[in-house]
Amino acid sequence: MTFVFPRESLSAFPPSLHPDYKSTVKRSPRRPLVPMPHTLSELTGPVYGHDAIRPGDEDLTKQHAGEPLGERIVVHGRVLDEEGRGVPNTLVEIWQANACGRYIHKRDQHPAPLDPNFTGAGRTATDAEGRYRFVTVKPGAYPWGNHPNAWRPAHIHFSLFGPSFLSRLVTQMYFPGDPLMAYDPIFNSVPDEKARARMISRFDLAATVPDWALAYEFDIVLRGRNQTPHQP
Amino acid sequence: MSGITPSQTVGPYFAIALTPGGYDWTPTVGNNLVTPDASGERIRIEGRVLDGDGNPVNDAMIEIWQADSGGRYAHPADQRANPNAAFKGFGRTGTEESGAYSFETVKPGAVSGPNGAQAPHIIVAVFARGMLRQNYTRLYFSDAKNDGDPVLALVPQERRATLVAQRRDDHGHPVYRFDIRLQGESETVFFDV
Repeated sequence: MTFVFPRESLSAFPPSLHPDYKSTVKRSPRRPLVPMPHTLSELTGPVYGHDAIRPGDEDLTKQHAGEPLGERIVVHGRVLDEEGRGVPNTLVEIWQANACGRYIHKRDQHPAPLDPNFTGAGRTATDAEGRYRFVTVKPGAYPWGNHPNAWRPAHIHFSLFGPSFLSRLVTQMYFPGDPLMAYDPIFNSVPDEKARARMISRFDLAATVPDWALAYEFDIVLRGRNQTPHQP
Repeated sequence: MSGITPSQTVGPYFAIALTPGGYDWTPTVGNNLVTPDASGERIRIEGRVLDGDGNPVNDAMIEIWQADSGGRYAHPADQRANPNAAFKGFGRTGTEESGAYSFETVKPGAVSGPNGAQAPHIIVAVFARGMLRQNYTRLYFSDAKNDGDPVLALVPQERRATLVAQRRDDHGHPVYRFDIRLQGESETVFFDV
């Protein structure tokens, strides 16, 4: 398989400097980026798939003695390339706050309770069609210091590899209808409305498990076009 | 056909899943790339990540991607025989309070390029709170023959030094120093890829 990585696709990304998100001001490059060709070094990348996960890594509600508190949810979808083809056997890593909006991270000082039954880390690999599925609890919103009365909308962090180091993506998945998205400088750092919408999951009644958990569908499109000819 | 999913910051709390030392989670990958079968010179890479005021960035994540000592990548697109098959060439770590990070690895060989060989190098991706997308840079080696590298040649002469890690000897162990300045007077060169 040969992949090409059109640069125009990157117009969906936020700029490095987005002053409404204050931490970008001292952490974004000021010198112009140096354009360079894609060499073998960029067109290859780490290969992590099913060999990197342990049974149960994809269920964040079963990593401890008891079940975490909160609204149990299924998060599933497909990882796709720019041609809309599934990206098979690629690692998907996630992390998130608990149902109260608190991360287990030692620097998180938000005065909301930790849950002894919730770490908030998950990992899985896509199947042959690019599908993945996690079970977790819906994360809570939480305050942060960016501006007065700033609150992050509920979100789950995603980290993916795809076919090369150029397809590497770290993003965040949001929930439909969350009123906090309108005020969030991180979500709104993405200039194009359609591109922003691609970060919002879709409530999925068909995948909702009766008497057990609501489902949200989140497809992720990575950089890269597969140049393998279409099968007739 | 829809566009790609936008990048978002890795945020301040990625360590619980991506660099989980001290948390109840098994790391996918760490900062030691050396495998028993890896041929080549064992080296350490170390440096600090600094912001536009020169202050340490204590919540950055650094990922590196490199060829083995023969210049081969552990990836299907590189179809040459790979005698040290366990060597994956990928590492990930978080910065400490001082902004410091380090990797144990082997020195990569020269890699084939668009016009002849590329000098030995490592691809470096930087992620952090306040970075809405990762920055890509390259680490070159002070004791390698870097003249004629087709990518370095694209970088203005006066900025190339930011990409060259300086070698020193630490009790017989070679160490390469590679500081990453996100912004400012001697800002590290980042590439538009």
